[in-house]
Amino acid sequence: MNPRRRKILFSVIFIVAGVGVATALVLKAFQENLLYFYSPSQIASGEAPDSRLFRVGGMVVDDSVVRDPNSLKVSFDLTDTAHTVTVQYNGILPDLFREGQGIVANGQLQDGGVFVAKEVLAKHDENYMPPEVAEALENAGAEVQYGDYKTGK
Amino acid sequence: MFGPLDKYAAPERFYLLCKSMGPWLSAISLLLFLVGLYGGLVYAPSDYQQGDSFRIIYVHVPSAWMSMFVYVVMAVSGAMGLIWKVKISDAIARSCAPLGAAFTFLALATGSIWGKPMWGTWWVWDARLTSELILLFLYFGYMALQAAIEDRRMAARAGAILALAGLINIPIIHYSVEWWSTLHQGPTVSKMDAPSIHTSMLIPLLIMFLAFKLYFFAVLCMRARCEIIEQEKNSRWVKQLARGGVDS
Repeated sequence: MNPRRRKILFSVIFIVAGVGVATALVLKAFQENLLYFYSPSQIASGEAPDSRLFRVGGMVVDDSVVRDPNSLKVSFDLTDTAHTVTVQYNGILPDLFREGQGIVANGQLQDGGVFVAKEVLAKHDENYMPPEVAEALENAGAEVQYGDYKTGK
Repeated sequence: MFGPLDKYAAPERFYLLCKSMGPWLSAISLLLFLVGLYGGLVYAPSDYQQGDSFRIIYVHVPSAWMSMFVYVVMAVSGAMGLIWKVKISDAIARSCAPLGAAFTFLALATGSIWGKPMWGTWWVWDARLTSELILLFLYFGYMALQAAIEDRRMAARAGAILALAGLINIPIIHYSVEWWSTLHQGPTVSKMDAPSIHTSMLIPLLIMFLAFKLYFFAVLCMRARCEIIEQEKNSRWVKQLARGGVDS
């Protein structure tokens, strides 16, 4: 390889590596802002902001959904298996909302530790299967694994 | 430099190679599209949670994969043009950009259509969606740069540097769902343990992926031929080709 080409090759490697390192440092610095949601454990340990809106993600606890018969008000518990937070919401829930489903709620933490949501989104997991297979899995006692909610990695 | 591949790096040889490969790639890709679409829309069972809505993955996932693959092809051939002055690599890089932008747009649009009923929103600013949107802007930037600089070699050089600087976005898109908590779900097919998708749903997906890939190479052949002719318009073989085309 002649010296001129070698020089260009090194500059190319330098550009790619330089941009890579710079981006890695920026992303590292903004790590917290890039989290789309906090987990109930992070709320319990006080990592979540208390004066502004933020999102909390977790699985809806079985038998925790309470609906107000006269309005759209609903309350349910979200868990990441270690900690649980109670969410109150007034509005229409997405199609995929159900007990055991992953949910991301946007709102604010109230003084009593209750999370009042302005918006509730369903987080789909990465599993795809026909209904018969899901049924067979359930009958066999295997729990369908939902996306993990361990954040702050 | 590249051993036996060297002779295909000559613009004329590459032009003829594209010309002979193009129809074959198109035909096989069309066949795979028909098989894959039948498999995805008819043969595959509906999902236990999403019902039939999940079938959008047969377009969404291959286009998202291709959006990243095309970018890598564009950046690598751009780099080869920079370092080794391979003439055809500038033509290849230039042909890639609109195709990659189309795949990226398709991935974003189909994802948005799926997101409304499933998540409850058209769009969220999570790491996966945002980095994919940045990829679309990188393609647009590359295309704008090509259009703005009149001298083709200068344009190719500037474009290659932009493409290389944006290359870091590719691993970010891929790993975004693992590094940060996102609304977008994690990887289904490309994770270490077995894919968490039922085989009857996975096979049509892989066929569709192959169809998309061959479609890309087929269109790349066509676009690269145009680019090469324009680039080499002063060379003898192109003039001969043009004269032959008028005569016959």
